[in-house]
Amino acid sequence: MTVRKAVKDSRLWNVKIGFALILFALCLIVSQLHGYSQSDSGFSFFNRSDSDDGFLEFLFETLILANYNTRLVVLSTTLLGVSSGLVGSFLLLRKQSLMGDALSHATLPGIVLSFWFLVALGKDGKSLLPLLIGAGLSGMLGVVLVLLIRKTTKLKDDAAMGIILSVFFGLGVSLIGMVQSLPEASAAGLESFIFGKTASMVVGDFWMISFICVVSILVSVTCIKELTLLCFDESFASATGFHVMWLDLLLLLLVGAITIVGLQAVGLILIIAFLITPPAAARFWTNDLQQMLTISAVLGGVSGWIGSSISALLPKLPAGAVIVLVAASVFIFSMLFGKTGGIFYRWQRHRRLSIKVSRQHILRAVFEILEKNLEEGKSILRNLPVSLSELQQHRSWSRKELHRQLKSASRHGYVEFPEEGVVCLSEDGFGEAARVTRNHRLWELYLIRYADVAPSHVDRGADFVEHVLGPEIVRKLEDELRQLEIQLSVPPSPHVISGASQKNLKTQDEL
Amino acid sequence: MKEFFDQKKVEITGDEHPVEAPLAVHDLTVSYNNKPVLWDVELNIPAGKLVAIVGPNGAGKSTLLKAAIDLVPKTTGKVLIFGDSYSQNRNRVGYVPQRESVDWDFPISALEVVCMGRYKKIGWFKRVSSEHKKHALNCLDKVGIKQLANRQISQLSGGQQQRVFLARALAQEADLYLMDEPFSAVDAATEMAIVELLHELKTKEKTCVVVHHDLATVSKYFDWLVLLNMRIVASGSVEETFTHQNLHKTYGGKLSVLVDAAEALSKVAK
Repeated sequence: MTVRKAVKDSRLWNVKIGFALILFALCLIVSQLHGYSQSDSGFSFFNRSDSDDGFLEFLFETLILANYNTRLVVLSTTLLGVSSGLVGSFLLLRKQSLMGDALSHATLPGIVLSFWFLVALGKDGKSLLPLLIGAGLSGMLGVVLVLLIRKTTKLKDDAAMGIILSVFFGLGVSLIGMVQSLPEASAAGLESFIFGKTASMVVGDFWMISFICVVSILVSVTCIKELTLLCFDESFASATGFHVMWLDLLLLLLVGAITIVGLQAVGLILIIAFLITPPAAARFWTNDLQQMLTISAVLGGVSGWIGSSISALLPKLPAGAVIVLVAASVFIFSMLFGKTGGIFYRWQRHRRLSIKVSRQHILRAVFEILEKNLEEGKSILRNLPVSLSELQQHRSWSRKELHRQLKSASRHGYVEFPEEGVVCLSEDGFGEAARVTRNHRLWELYLIRYADVAPSHVDRGADFVEHVLGPEIVRKLEDELRQLEIQLSVPPSPHVISGASQKNLKTQDEL
Repeated sequence: MKEFFDQKKVEITGDEHPVEAPLAVHDLTVSYNNKPVLWDVELNIPAGKLVAIVGPNGAGKSTLLKAAIDLVPKTTGKVLIFGDSYSQNRNRVGYVPQRESVDWDFPISALEVVCMGRYKKIGWFKRVSSEHKKHALNCLDKVGIKQLANRQISQLSGGQQQRVFLARALAQEADLYLMDEPFSAVDAATEMAIVELLHELKTKEKTCVVVHHDLATVSKYFDWLVLLNMRIVASGSVEETFTHQNLHKTYGGKLSVLVDAAEALSKVAK
């Protein structure tokens, strides 16, 4: 029933996500156009021009795109974040993050060389398109060299990528030095490609980024099946006839495109962080790929949005660094509080289990004392009060610990304190104590019988496992140990039991 | 049109022409970095058999399967699947890779993994339709873990993960199944489920080639045996092939010359 529902639910997921994202991108693009034609009227609701020019006021204006000067930059970076969040997810799952890094570092020599080339031809060395084409070409060359090193030598991936990454970057930096010594050209702007300088972005950048964003969304939606297969099980993809090489190339082309259009916003050193951090953060919130893609795109967009807004206010800081720091904060938050595998969540679960374990220990201890005090010849255990000092001795608890655990047990209504220095199990507590003790003994018996554990050692091993035994495992244990005719702590019924109440009794047994 | 071809096939078998072997390997040599791991393998797997490929570590068992489906390049020789190249008869082969070959932390559910077996039938760019999902769900049912369909794969036990891989191969609806160590490190329940599945496939006249490591269960689970140690030591029905002498030849380490030669070749290449 649930399975059928799930099948139905997930059917339209990726299309819905795709449409939502494209719609989101379009909204941003349209709002930009809108801003151009109608100045700020579209945002007049937020535009509280009567108040004074505080820092926060300016930040607020930038964030809601009410500030004309920064709107372009903020929008572009947001779209860049969306696309890098999407493509980065696949890059992360393909375990090719370092390849993206090698690619982005390898773009630098291309940028400088095309600048040089343009200047030599007597043209404007800063015209963007040729620079980006140069960046793309040398980035691709870097990737090809990595693949060649991998194929022809015994070096592993990481070494090959590390070599290409540093050599190309070193080459680029020295080329910048050489270009700067040329008399006829001022190469001062070239460094901004390394760390990013959002202030230098123009409308052309915005359109390029919008285009790449739409392409990334389209590819992620249409090829999600193929890309998932590539990332999860390359050899199965290849065996069933999908061309792994083409899919890898597609992914790499997208990464390359994002790197190149992101050069101005984030810079070539930090673009990889922008690609990897949002999906890594998204992974802490979900176990579903389509949800991960959405969350990652949103987190990427938000990081770009907030990051570029802040960096607009702090023009002396490199934009890339600010954006990446915002993305990193999102990541750290996710790592701490994420639902799947977040540190806080795991800690909480662990804490809950350990509280449960110590509560069960105290119940079993009381039960064992009751057994010990059982009068000779009697077989039915009576729920009598137990003195605290006896309980403390039983497992050598400290006074404080005992107090804390009793408190936790009484919160669950398992124990009562009829008078000072004495504790008594409640009706619920007595049942729970019997169940816990029974599970413990079943497990011990099983270990002794089937795992050849010495009876003197068995208590220790049983101590933890018994708390995680589910009803299914307990039933299996009962089956295994049926020959031993395990005694139940419930007296036989004095009357004939009809069908319904027999069922009742059985569940009580299992408890 | 399809019916026409099906009919023709039936006629051919009816005329007692030999049915094309599901898997025929001729003169196959495979090398990693110029070091041969399989030498001159000649092998014919008859249709409808449960075949175990057995041999010591490093004998090239997995490599043989991978070479058969073009996952590793062949140095020499050829492999025929139902009388034709693998790329021609790809959709008649189901493949179960080793469980360790993928990252089980991947954010994907068991059902979605099984759906991957349908991807080629679905085709590029198209979404997984509900019919394909139902089919995948059926395959999960056949391996007995339908109730875990929506679990994320890292939350499955090793045996359950192995069953997901088997279900994915079932979803391919193949005639020949190549399974790489499906019995490795699985619980007893999974082992029984796999054996049941193998027998079910046999009754449907499918052929299963299974890389196996447990000599104790060979004669219980399989009816055809290939003993492999870099070359084919013996191949035939289990009754004839599963002999002390053959096992000694496979595991006895009498191939020192072959190993030395492989080492020498790889050193020359350096």
